[in-house]
Amino acid sequence: MATTETFIGQPVLRKEDPELLTGHASYIDNWTMPGMLWMALARPPYVHATIDGIDTTEAASMPGVVGVYTATDFDLAPLPFVWPITEEIKVPVHYPLASDKVRFNGDAVAVVLAETREQALDAAEAVAVTATELPAVIDIEEAAKDEVIVHDDLGTNVVVHWSHGGGGDQSVFDSAPVIVQERYVQPRLIPNAIETRGCLAYGVPPVDEWTLVTATQIPHIAKVTLAGTTGIDEHKLRVIAPDVGGGFGSKLNVYAEEALALALARRLRRPVKWIEGRRENYVATTHGRGVLHDCTLAGTEDGTILGMKFVELADMGAYYQLLTPGIPELGGWVYMGPYDPKAYWFEFKGVVTNTTPTDAYRGAGRPEATYVIERLVDSFARRIGKDPADIRRMNLHPPHEDAQTSIMGLNVDSANYEPLLDKALGLVEYDKLRAEQRDRRERGDRTQLGIGLSTYIEMCGLAPSNILGALRYAAGGWDGATIECLPSGHVIVKTGTSPHGQSHETAWAQIVADGLGVSPDEITVLHGDTHSTPLGMDTYGSRSVAVGGVALHFAVEKIKAKARTIAAHELEVAEDDLEWADGAFRVKGAPDTAKTIPELAVSAWHAHALPAEVEPHLNATAVYDPPNFTWPAGAHVCVVEVDTETGATEIVRYVAVDDCGTIINPMIVEGQVHGGVAQGVAEALYEEAMYDESGNLTTSTMTQYLIPSATEIPAMTTDHSQETPSTTNPLGVKGIGEAGTIAAPPAVVNAVIDAVSHLGVTAIEKPASPERVWRAIQEAKGDGRAGASPGSEGGTS
Amino acid sequence: MTHVSVTVNGAMREADVEPRTLLVYFLRETLGLTGTNAGCDTSSCGSCTVLLDGESVKSCTMLAAQADGRELTTIEGMAEGDQLHPLQESFRRNHGLQCGYCTPGMIMAAASYLKENPSPSEGDVRLALEGNLCRCTGYQNIVKSILDAAGSMAGAEA
Ligand code: FES
Ligand code: FES
Repeated sequence: MATTETFIGQPVLRKEDPELLTGHASYIDNWTMPGMLWMALARPPYVHATIDGIDTTEAASMPGVVGVYTATDFDLAPLPFVWPITEEIKVPVHYPLASDKVRFNGDAVAVVLAETREQALDAAEAVAVTATELPAVIDIEEAAKDEVIVHDDLGTNVVVHWSHGGGGDQSVFDSAPVIVQERYVQPRLIPNAIETRGCLAYGVPPVDEWTLVTATQIPHIAKVTLAGTTGIDEHKLRVIAPDVGGGFGSKLNVYAEEALALALARRLRRPVKWIEGRRENYVATTHGRGVLHDCTLAGTEDGTILGMKFVELADMGAYYQLLTPGIPELGGWVYMGPYDPKAYWFEFKGVVTNTTPTDAYRGAGRPEATYVIERLVDSFARRIGKDPADIRRMNLHPPHEDAQTSIMGLNVDSANYEPLLDKALGLVEYDKLRAEQRDRRERGDRTQLGIGLSTYIEMCGLAPSNILGALRYAAGGWDGATIECLPSGHVIVKTGTSPHGQSHETAWAQIVADGLGVSPDEITVLHGDTHSTPLGMDTYGSRSVAVGGVALHFAVEKIKAKARTIAAHELEVAEDDLEWADGAFRVKGAPDTAKTIPELAVSAWHAHALPAEVEPHLNATAVYDPPNFTWPAGAHVCVVEVDTETGATEIVRYVAVDDCGTIINPMIVEGQVHGGVAQGVAEALYEEAMYDESGNLTTSTMTQYLIPSATEIPAMTTDHSQETPSTTNPLGVKGIGEAGTIAAPPAVVNAVIDAVSHLGVTAIEKPASPERVWRAIQEAKGDGRAGASPGSEGGTS
Repeated sequence: MTHVSVTVNGAMREADVEPRTLLVYFLRETLGLTGTNAGCDTSSCGSCTVLLDGESVKSCTMLAAQADGRELTTIEGMAEGDQLHPLQESFRRNHGLQCGYCTPGMIMAAASYLKENPSPSEGDVRLALEGNLCRCTGYQNIVKSILDAAGSMAGAEA
């Protein structure tokens, strides 16, 4: 049915929900097939050890076991790594199964197939590995000393050095009137999608065609790369992402288990299924963050930021996964923040350690950068005794409607930052809060108030393929869309993006609905299957709407061009005499003489009387390569109460003001911000992957790794009334998936420090646990810093 | 093998299972009711929450055998035909789910809680959800959904 309603900008309820709400989702563990075998992996309890022998006899004789395999049983190529960011980078060889050495807690050495899940798990436990333990290196600075080498053939743990280099007058870092130097540590995080990973491989053996159903964010990239690892011809491999229970970057990867399941299904000619356990997830699925920054801010006494300089050390883990060293590089383009420094420097070194590989975690490089920028700006404000809101305001980059090249070299599509800050300060009632803070300080209250700010920019919409090429990334950044208008009036949309909670079925239907004048109810969005949606680059980096969504727009334009020709032919007018209005092509001056898209779809289908040059069927495909990134921005304010006697922090208010360009569905945008902020709060106050002295992960279960629940996550106030259109694409969209996770950690930590800064505290690291806060207070007291005025901060020089 | 017979969503179901079979896998794998999810191995996440004789339990914390002779409700039993349960309706209306993986557990936990406390405050709801983790929504719209459902359920009864 045609409609004249518009849907972009409306809080349209989700098309995804009915199945998910009634227990009929297609998550990977809901898949089962006749003759299916279960796969389990043997991960020996070593951190760093030379493997002397693997005895599989006991495991092989256990009930239900069909086979036990080690590396020598396979002829697999190494796992894919697609981002060799420099020419000199050293690349650790990473096979699906380890055979010479175990290099971290999660390294697998054997794989078991059995008739049931339990039998497979029991047998994997029974694989006996003899090994000679080696000293392990967990800490990145220790690893950089090369006393313990993780990969002997590389000869060093410092595997990559990437320098953006400097811009502007570097002498400011020595000679500016105010120099603030700080070191910030950002611990490792475990992504914790509530659904763990898992996959099912099956095939049609006589024709050697194979399908992998896998809980992934990237079925398209997985297909290409797994063909390489397994030796299955690319055109005989199909990858399906079913309903996926969250990703956050941890499913933006291609893992050993996917290659092994495919190889074994092909070898045994039986379906093979693997579901990751949660403990296994904690060691075998990528971690995030794990970085250390030495930072310098050069400024003036009145608060002008002259330059910012960052030297980073980044933990790669024991191997590279798909993108590992590319993550800090991705952050390496936003170290100016929303400010206007006249000089910058950024470089980082990547170091391998005996830990789980790191890779993208919601925000991927940009939260790491934003955290250190925002901490540093606060530190600067404290040093010169100025209000952090004033310092931000005076240093924000001036607004621009058109794209402008940033000091770090990329084109920022559009910018208008100050109103975002003002809006956030207004919503939180900043001046009132400062007054209350003063009162509490004067009274010496036990519970002190802290106000933390974070003004941020993001670089989203990954990515122009030519820039990715220049950055040595192996793939492109385009995405595809196909639209088919069926004669029944229904519209099929095939997208190359692959959602796992981001509501693409709904938002994409809104884009197409507006374009074609049909109701979203009449639109079905297909995704995540390389067979039915072959043209795609998947979902990560807040790229989906800014690339895949825009591809839809261009497919809509193609459909309309074809439909206009047919309409003009049928109405016997020139094409120029038609205008698109109220969901139909209408004759100018006689608007009731009109043709809708569903009507024209029928004409195109029976093709009885089409103009000579027009092909039957109303369908179109567009592949869109974005000419630029998109640059969302925002201002977040966190208000905390800190109990100065226990160090306990409670968030009492949280305001998030975000500008993500044109909004397709405000309900979905708000949900993305909520979830992102919650993950940022978790990072700021609770979560940290911890290891014991011998390198075993001690936060190895959900009971030890503190994922906040509804009682710890605060109610949030969100605002997205400012929509500065992107100049990169015709929809004006920028992306919102990562904003919360980028903005929140520094807002929260700045608030905690602010609450106790009058006691002399100048730094507290993430996660700001009660113990850390309490210690910081005690140390400040010990130093006699208590009572120091905000303008006389000691710790930095 | 142990014989287990239960009433699930109003229907009598029985099967012989290994004594160590957890209730969550009995539901999912023996009975094919895959709406109940499993997200951890330490009883932490709550995605496996079901109703046992009307009260919420984490179905990974008990054996199938312990449910013998008792009555279970899973997410598949919440809607009446095409008519969604008020909680399902309100989760949809308030965007209380994103990837949906935690959602069945959240809804079952909420259904049990609202019976106990039909007009909770926001703080009450947050506390009641302490055993259910969500990584997508930041909980805000889950809490909103449950408060909204409480309102509509009270309205329906009035
Ligand atoms: S599966 Fe996590 S609590 Fe039951
Ligand atoms: S909606 Fe994804 S875990 Fe809750």
